[in-house]
Amino acid sequence: MTHYILQNYWWLIISILGSVLVFLLFVQGGQSMLLHADGKAQRTMMVNSLGRKWEFTFTTLVTFGGAFFASFPLFYSTSFGGAYWLWMFILFSFVVQAVAYEYRSKAGNVFGTRFYDTLLLINGIVGPVLLGVVVASMFFGNDFTITKDNILNTQAATISQWGPAHGLEAIASWKNLIFGFMVFFLARTLASLYFINNIDDDALRAKQRKALIINAPIFVVLFLISLALILTATGVQVDDSGIMTPAENKYLANYLEMWWCLALLVLGVVMVLWGIGKTMLKHDFTHGIWPAGIGTVMVVLTLFWVLGFNGTAYYPSNIDVNSSLNLRNSSSSLFTLRVMSYVSILVPFVLAYIAYAWYKMDHNKITQHEMDNTDPDDKY
Amino acid sequence: MNELTTVVDWSRAQFALTAIYHWLFVPLTLGLGVIIAIMETIYYRTRDAKWLATTRFWMTLFGVNFAIGVATGIILEFEFGTNWSNYSWFVGDIFGAPLAVEGILAFFMESTFIAIMFFGWKKVSPKFHLAATWLTAIGASLSALWILVANAWMQDPVGCQFNPETMRNEMTSFWEVVSSPMAVSKFFHTVLSAWVLGGAFVVGVCSWMMLRKRNVDHCHRSLKVGGWVGLIGIVLTIVTGDSSAVTVAKEQPMKLAAMEGLYEGHNAQEIVAFGILNPAKTVDNNEDPYLLNISIPYGLSILANHAPNSFVPGINDIINGISKDEQGKVINTVSYAERIKRGKLAQEAVAKFQVAKQSNDALALEEINKTLDENFKYFGYGYLDSPQEAVPNVPLTFYTFHFMVTIGGYLLLFMALVVFFEYRKKLTDKTRWTKWWHYLAILTVPLTYLCSASGWIVAEVGRQPWTIQDLMPNKVAISNLSAGYVQTTFWIFAVVFTALLIADVSIICKQIAKKSKTNLDEAEI
Repeated sequence: MTHYILQNYWWLIISILGSVLVFLLFVQGGQSMLLHADGKAQRTMMVNSLGRKWEFTFTTLVTFGGAFFASFPLFYSTSFGGAYWLWMFILFSFVVQAVAYEYRSKAGNVFGTRFYDTLLLINGIVGPVLLGVVVASMFFGNDFTITKDNILNTQAATISQWGPAHGLEAIASWKNLIFGFMVFFLARTLASLYFINNIDDDALRAKQRKALIINAPIFVVLFLISLALILTATGVQVDDSGIMTPAENKYLANYLEMWWCLALLVLGVVMVLWGIGKTMLKHDFTHGIWPAGIGTVMVVLTLFWVLGFNGTAYYPSNIDVNSSLNLRNSSSSLFTLRVMSYVSILVPFVLAYIAYAWYKMDHNKITQHEMDNTDPDDKY
Repeated sequence: MNELTTVVDWSRAQFALTAIYHWLFVPLTLGLGVIIAIMETIYYRTRDAKWLATTRFWMTLFGVNFAIGVATGIILEFEFGTNWSNYSWFVGDIFGAPLAVEGILAFFMESTFIAIMFFGWKKVSPKFHLAATWLTAIGASLSALWILVANAWMQDPVGCQFNPETMRNEMTSFWEVVSSPMAVSKFFHTVLSAWVLGGAFVVGVCSWMMLRKRNVDHCHRSLKVGGWVGLIGIVLTIVTGDSSAVTVAKEQPMKLAAMEGLYEGHNAQEIVAFGILNPAKTVDNNEDPYLLNISIPYGLSILANHAPNSFVPGINDIINGISKDEQGKVINTVSYAERIKRGKLAQEAVAKFQVAKQSNDALALEEINKTLDENFKYFGYGYLDSPQEAVPNVPLTFYTFHFMVTIGGYLLLFMALVVFFEYRKKLTDKTRWTKWWHYLAILTVPLTYLCSASGWIVAEVGRQPWTIQDLMPNKVAISNLSAGYVQTTFWIFAVVFTALLIADVSIICKQIAKKSKTNLDEAEI
């Protein structure tokens, strides 16, 4: 396989990981809703329902980072070192999440259950919003330059240079924040659909349907604004010789030129709306998470595709267009991509055992009865 | 102190802090994972509820520890990008691959099956549950494999070639990266040492319970499994430690010299069994390196080269490029002054490459490639101002190495006695010194942790100033950040991790105290 094909293949893998990660952010969305639980019993069911899934989100984030490092190391080098605060806030929120589940109800946890629930809340808000900001900044650009020759300069060897705000400016950008809050309300919407599916409790299901009525419309409005901003944004076009130039409405052009991408976007949006709508209207329907989740994956996949494919720089620089990162100038070597592609053959196998394990664990829904009859040390 | 040095120091401090915290929890996950899997296997085969109770007791402690290990791990992966961004580009083509494989193959295995391990008792069959427990333990070890392969590559960069066009190292052989002697010995040495820690933890907890006469039968069941795992672990850790020393002697002689505080090497070099370094000793003076030194003849030559009369170079020998054959005849190697010169030549060649490439000057390109081929292995030395800059912190490396070896020897004896006493219970039952034995077992737990951390300090401090051995020093690997930013995140990490450590230890202690009062000879799914 050629370098070109492998670069595209690995962008596809990154897209899949990124879109699955956005879907799995329902865990964070659910954490942000724990405050609204009616009493301790309901909160316990919600926490335990999420607690059996948090590792999937966490692992997908880690693998997303690892895959980016391996396949597009210049992005890893530029974005992480440059948008330092943005990434650090994200990481802190995930660090505290990991322990909060395990410690919240354990005797001797020093700081009390409320403290750990606050950590879950922080991760539930900060995680989706800032991950959304990262993705949005890939569309709307960042202020950085790259000079690889710097590596020979002992006194100023860093190849990627950012402004002094180091990611705070990305958080302060209103466009990025709209996208970030869109992801947050999507996560909350998916969380309601997940709770309705995963917890067999009438009161909780009724409560989540009410939450859906608030969160879903906000998400839809923010999604439409975000989509409009993206489609009218100026992207960066890469020509065959690697020269990059600004291109107006680049992402709209990409959707139109890659019709299958547009078709998938429309299908994804329909599935998300169908999952939400049917759950809101039909009170015995509990499977809305699946069409909405699959639809989410489809929509995010297309966002990554218009971001990276069709001669597009997926990480535009606002101050030096030719420092922008694209699939050709930021990837690993042909040899490394080829080696990793052999490893990626195992991905379907990994997905299969995850699906099987998920099926086995969720076959019996969480109930109040189960929580009451479980040893306190065996639940969150 | 200039800004660059300050950023480098704070970035190093932050990485060291997160790595040390991470390594406080990971070895217990690795060791206890195997112990739990063995216990559950016994339960599966015997269907004896006692073994189920014992398995679940240790599983609770495993879960508490696992979470914080995961939490501290994510920071490490992303810090390669946030704080060492130049490094991420310079070697991302090689280093990133094991990290991605780790995520795809190991992390998902761990995260999927640990949920079944904890919450699947009533949801899946006993066979599936046992498989999930083993897969969690295997997944944890696989995670360790890939990150240790990556770490070993930083100590001994093999299977790669520098590409002046992209300004980075590119992989040429994945197999060489994965199977380098450094990677193989590092993986086994590290993972097996985690078995020792898991074993010591089980023995320590059981001793505490036996002192209080709680669930003695459960303790004996646990001691049998924990003791054997610990004993097998320490024997194999010592064996792999020997192969690690041979690899270090070959690939990182400066680290070996620092481990021994050796400035002037000799044939038939003795090894320091116990020593106190002379603080006044530097590479520039003729002070005696030791204030006190009890040595074993031929020891270091045997350890490093498996040849009693072989020459082991000291720090000054390495700097001056001096080695000797077994007869003591001087062989000149490349001195550090020469390496710095040749490193600068390699860097100049890289600088000229772009110009020659653009003007399509074939003759110049041929000359540049020749210069690079001859000198690239010293590329990193071109960044150094003086040979002394390439000498690691000798006291820290020396003392942690000797502490590790001393405690390692003690653990061999201790684990052998644990197993022996388990099969000769009369020797410890109701004898006067039994309680002192239990106190010693409890004290052994923190000692094992310190021993494990010391091993990492030797490995990482001993290779300074290199991020990648001989190719990239720390000062070139960092991100373009202000020292204040890194200082801020350092203190945030320090506070958060310390708070979480306190909570972790407190929960584990409470769980042990609480569960030890329940009947651990009975359990039901």
